[in-house]
Amino acid sequence: MAWDISKEPEWTYQELPEGLVAIEAGTSAQYNTGAWRTERPIYDREKCTDCMLCWMHCPDSSVLVADKVMTGIDLFHCKGCGICVEVCRFDALSMMNEEDAKGIGVCEM
Amino acid sequence: MRDVKVVASSGDLMIAEAFRQIDPDVVAAYPITPQTIIVERFAKFVADGLVHTEYVQVESEHSAMSATIGASAAGARAATATASQGLAFMWEELHVASGMRLPIVMANANRALSAPINIHGDHSDAMGSRDTGWIMLFAENAQEAYDNTILAFKIAEHPEVRLPVMSCLDGFVTSHALERCEINDDQDVKDFVGPNKPQNALLDTDNPVSHGMFANLGNVYMEVKYAERLAMENSLPIIKNIGDEWEQVCGRPFAPINTFGLEDAEKVVVIIGSAAGNFRAKARELRAQGEKVGVIGVRLFRPFPYQELAEALSKAKAVAVLDRADSFGSREAPLCLEVKSALYDAENRPLVRNYVYGLGGADVTMELCQKVFEDLDDLMNNKKPAREVSYVGGRSKE
Repeated sequence: MAWDISKEPEWTYQELPEGLVAIEAGTSAQYNTGAWRTERPIYDREKCTDCMLCWMHCPDSSVLVADKVMTGIDLFHCKGCGICVEVCRFDALSMMNEEDAKGIGVCEM
Repeated sequence: MRDVKVVASSGDLMIAEAFRQIDPDVVAAYPITPQTIIVERFAKFVADGLVHTEYVQVESEHSAMSATIGASAAGARAATATASQGLAFMWEELHVASGMRLPIVMANANRALSAPINIHGDHSDAMGSRDTGWIMLFAENAQEAYDNTILAFKIAEHPEVRLPVMSCLDGFVTSHALERCEINDDQDVKDFVGPNKPQNALLDTDNPVSHGMFANLGNVYMEVKYAERLAMENSLPIIKNIGDEWEQVCGRPFAPINTFGLEDAEKVVVIIGSAAGNFRAKARELRAQGEKVGVIGVRLFRPFPYQELAEALSKAKAVAVLDRADSFGSREAPLCLEVKSALYDAENRPLVRNYVYGLGGADVTMELCQKVFEDLDDLMNNKKPAREVSYVGGRSKE
């Protein structure tokens, strides 16, 4: 059975897999843990040195990198814990309330 | 049917024999009185190379159940055994095993719970786990402990059941005392249980799965629990069928309740475990004197056989329900709650009296059995007991 997460709200005890086993690998990628966030990291490309400290420390693998260059934050999965801001030595990351941050230029997944 | 070996054996040793014959992939266990002999003997079978089982010596019962869950989720046929404080220490994992629908088998040598500390037999441990989603079988003797354990694997792994099963036996009276027992042929047992057919195994890397999902939103949790309720309810006829299949192999019948004298009994004792035999001995004596008495031994507690019990009590006038555990703050002890629930919708609703007996291994004497049957005469003569629940066999005389 292939999972179609869009149908999930309709699943009952009959459709849900026994014991709620996820019968496909990597489905947690489809889960929007970003919805839990109250603050988000704001990324300043000018100050970033691509040292990868934040990438290494992020518990949700939400620091996006392409060709050894940091390209932004995956806000679909980022829970806003702020660890990246704590570990950044170059002030390239800062936290901002979600209310104030809507539409600020960070990379969405 | 191949050869049957007749031996003098105990409930613990018989369960170890069943484990040897079934040869589970993984057994993770921690020794605790009065279960110790099961895991001690099974560890010897492992050391002697009689089984291929990976035996995990864990540091606690919490870890025993956790390792068993991990092994079962990985696709292994996994089993364990415990008692008393050990079962209590497993409590949170018991829910995980059933919620994940893992066909784990666990033997539980029923023992009292602290405090005060007491190593002897009663059902307080198992009754504390009666709402954890496990199928629960209780043995009256060592033979039933063996049969129940063999049945447990086949029930747990049935594709329409897929629930963990607890095989309970009374501490010391059944776990340690030697009785005449029949051990069936190894191959007969193996053929009956059949090969392990894992579902959604973690080690099946061609079909990757995740176990232990998150169900925090959107009422998914309700749906999963409803599926568990249905699986438990629907398991009753499957358990009876598997019991009948085993009777075809071994000749020993299985029923959710064992009945004696129920064809005409007016006064009936309902009880779980080894003390059913004591009451049957007394009932046999009273029946020889012309008294219409009977005994029901409950062998399957979860799912509870409500209909079978109500039918068995359809001619009864007064019923004594004997509990070897209490539920403090409840009007009655656990078994009595079930019996009364079974009778609520029945056409014949006999008078019911509840006793708590045998806590911490307190003796069940013939005098005690006599008193209970005499009390039922009083009940039939509208003489109400002083209390809803009477403690019998202790030091106080009421």
